[in-house]
This record gives sequence, structure tokens and C-alpha cells, in this order.
Amino acid sequence: MYKKPLPGPTLESKEFWEGCKRHELLIQRCRDCGSYRHYPRLLCPKCNSENTEWVKVSGKGQVYTWAVAVQPFHPGFAEDVPYAMVIVELEEGVRLMTNIVDSRPEDLYIGMPVKVVFDDVTEEVTLPKFKRARKRK
Amino acid sequence: MTTLKDKAAIVGIGETEYSRNSGMSSLGLLLQAAKRAMEDSGLTPKDIDGVVPGFMGITAEDLISNFGLADLRYTTTVHMGGASAVASLQTAAMAIATGIAHNVVCLIGWNGSSGMRASAVGARVETIPTMPMMSNLREFEMPFGSFVPAHWFAPLARRHMHEYGTTSRQFGAVAVAMRKHAVLNEKAMMKNPITIEDHQISRMIVDPFRLLDCCLQSDGAAAVVVTSAKRAKDMRHRPVYIMGIAEGHPDSPDQIPNRPVFTEVGAKKAAPHAFAMAGVTPKDIDVAEVYDCFTWVVICQLEDLGFCKKGEGGPFVEGGRIELGGELPVNTHGGLLSQAHILGMNHVVEAVRQLRGDAGAAQVKNAEIALVSGFGDLGDGSVVILRR
Repeated sequence: MYKKPLPGPTLESKEFWEGCKRHELLIQRCRDCGSYRHYPRLLCPKCNSENTEWVKVSGKGQVYTWAVAVQPFHPGFAEDVPYAMVIVELEEGVRLMTNIVDSRPEDLYIGMPVKVVFDDVTEEVTLPKFKRARKRK
Repeated sequence: MTTLKDKAAIVGIGETEYSRNSGMSSLGLLLQAAKRAMEDSGLTPKDIDGVVPGFMGITAEDLISNFGLADLRYTTTVHMGGASAVASLQTAAMAIATGIAHNVVCLIGWNGSSGMRASAVGARVETIPTMPMMSNLREFEMPFGSFVPAHWFAPLARRHMHEYGTTSRQFGAVAVAMRKHAVLNEKAMMKNPITIEDHQISRMIVDPFRLLDCCLQSDGAAAVVVTSAKRAKDMRHRPVYIMGIAEGHPDSPDQIPNRPVFTEVGAKKAAPHAFAMAGVTPKDIDVAEVYDCFTWVVICQLEDLGFCKKGEGGPFVEGGRIELGGELPVNTHGGLLSQAHILGMNHVVEAVRQLRGDAGAAQVKNAEIALVSGFGDLGDGSVVILRR
């Protein structure tokens, strides 16, 4: 049984999680000024427009920063320590908190290219995680 | 232009014992701290017509019921986590300056060791449902293993190290300075001196934070009484005036990943307002009590408060510069890192002691102007500049 916390989608975020379930990474974009935003919000913080669309993004990005949990603070992660909580910056400029599935904490570096993968952790929930990608030319 | 400068003063301070296991309820601790602050001021509960209770453990109703407050005219609660203690002084001063209330008690505290562990704030989200970032954390970060304050701030510290070359040994210099001061403080929970080597071999909690980068978990409460500058002159102790005060909120205050700049916190926005109101500059500060939930948070705030340039906080804390006798003594009581985690109200109390000249072995000679900063939630900031 899956023992880690699961997201509880809200009216504002359900498109994001439904996208993940279909293995699509969807991010909000303002239809008026074109800026991307995440986490989901009702208004565009740049121009305050409510006119929003959900856009399928490339899923490519790079490691922006991370921390390594050495002590477990949740029973669901007790067997995972040490594990890295990684903030990935997507090509579109927004960032996500995530895990890198194919790297050990000591392999990480700022600027490391990564690409989204989808982890179907339960029948209902899919989490967007990342794996190493080839360096862009 | 109207200003809050010198309109209000802190005239009473009160603290409980600081311990790992108080054996009291957090309500009991808070009431005790409030009572001691009133006694210190010479005021009685019948004089109190404003209260600013902290964001957990007590309500205005508790204070009315227990102290028999007959005519409470003003209450509010500041929801800025560890920035609340200093920010509560702002709302108290506003109430006093406008005549809404005359004598206001600000208080905060908890059983942060024996009750809800300070380190587990977040992991036990139900205990503080009012913290405004919790819904984002629960939905977008906890599923990936990020639960507690050390998890939230360690990624910021790593960016600071990456962008400016800040080192773990510099974090250690903060821990060493706080401990040196704690050794002099009778209320401090940590009494054994430490070295940077001790810091370097202390166990990793959340890389890059080692055990000695993390604050204590404490039971205790602290309170202050604020009154008008005019009435303050007739109180039991030398008044400590609020010269300048401000709060500041980081961009993207309810989540860290999408914060535009990872190496600045709310103090960056608050400090210019507080200094402008006070009419002084960082060079005029004799002693600073800087919120220190983690060593790195002190380094970042020293930059944001204007004591050094952005990126120079690491070198700034080296060589004893923030120790007693140094250029800017910081956390002369030992701070959250080595005195106790009383959510920063212990920092306010210590600043008042310094300006009264009552700081004992840690007294900064002729301290006339002090700064206290708060840091809370995901980087909210508050800054007060006090003078004797």
C-alpha cells in the first residue's frame, strides 16, 4: 500500500492532476499577457486577468536547487532517506517541487538538465517526477 | 506626515522558564508570561485594554477570562509565523498612537518541545491550520517528501551557497556566536561552548543544514507591555521606544519554488521602511537580535537588513564580527539556536534588556539603539528599531 501523502486536488488545481494522470504536464498560462504561472492561481499575478488556459508544456527543464532529507519526518519516507527534494525550473520559467527518479542526491548539480516522467503512485494519482536528460546543444 | 516613530514604548517584559518539558499547558505558559510582563511594567490587568495574542495556544477570550479584563478595546492576531512577535509590536503601536487602546500586551509562546515539535511544523499540519502556506505545501510538496521548516529553507540556503559562495563553515560561525552568548545567559537551554569543528561534524539533518544549523525546540512563552511614549515615562523601568517598525512579505509568500529571488527574504522589504521611520542607518545599530531558526537565515537577513551587501553575509559573520565585542553583536541571549525557541519574542525581550542596561554579562556597553527582526512562515519579515 502506498504510504506517502497524496495531493488533494482543489477546484483550482484539478486540471493539473488530471493532466498528470494522462501523463501530460499542464501549466496555467494567462490568455491575456501570456505569462505562465504555477502553483495554480485564480488570477494572473502579472496582469490580474482571470482569463486562463491550461497548456501542455514540454516537460524539459533543469535542476534549480535541492535539499537532501537525511532524517525522516514522515513514516512514508522512512525507507527513502537520504532522498532529495528537488526544485526543477521548466523551460517555460515556472518551477516545481519534485524528485529525480534516476539520480542519487550526490549526483545532482544546479543546472542539470531533466525531463518529466510520470509516476502512477496509485490508481487515482500520478505524480510528475523527473529524470536526467541529455545536455542541450 | 503621521508617523509611528517614538509614539509607543515597551515598558514591561515577561518570560516563563525555558525548558524541554514545561509540565504546563501552552495556555498556562502564555498567561504566566503576560502576568510577569504586567508586573514588570507596574501595570495591572485593569490597565490593559489591548492584547495581541500569538497565532496559537491562546485567544483574546482566554486573556479576558483569566485576567478579568473589563474593557478590552483592541485585539488582533498577526499570522506571520516567527515574524509575528515583532509585527505584533507594530499593530500595538498603531492602536496606541490612534488612541484605540492605551496599554497593549503582546505575547507568544508554545510547548514547542514537549507538545507540537517545532521541527515537525508542517508534518503535523493539522496543528496550525491557520498557517497560510499549508494548502500549497500539502498539495504540491508533501507528496515529494518536503514537510518541515528545514525542508522549506534548505533549498534557499543551497542557492545562496551557489550564487555567492557562502559556506557551511560560515553557517557554523553563526552557531558558534549564538552559543557563546548563550553561555552567558541564565535562561539559555544550551550551555556548552561549541567550535566550528563541532558544527562541521554535527549530524546532517537536511543537507546543507546540520544539527547545529537548526534552532532548539523549547517550551516557553514571552510577553511585552506596550504603552504610549507619554505614559511610558512614569513606569517602573526606563522606557524602550519604538523608533521604526515595518513588516515585509516576500514575493510568492505562500510557496518557495516559484519565488523570483531565492536569496532574499521579507526583511529586505521591511528594513528600508523601518530605518526610514527611525531616521537611522544600519551603522547606528548597537546590537541586533535577528531571528535565527536556521543559521543561514541569519546570514541572509544580515544582508537584507543592510548590515552588509547581498552575498557578503557569509564573510560578515566570520571572525567574531557578530559576537559580543565585535562590530555588530547579534543575539546576545543566544537566540533560537542556543537560548530557546520562543518564536522571537525572546529576541524582543533581550533587546529591551540591552537598552535598559540589564543584560548582565552580555551587556553591550552603552547600547542605545537595537534592531530586532522576525522571520516566519515561508520568509515573512518584520523589523523593529528600538531606542532607550
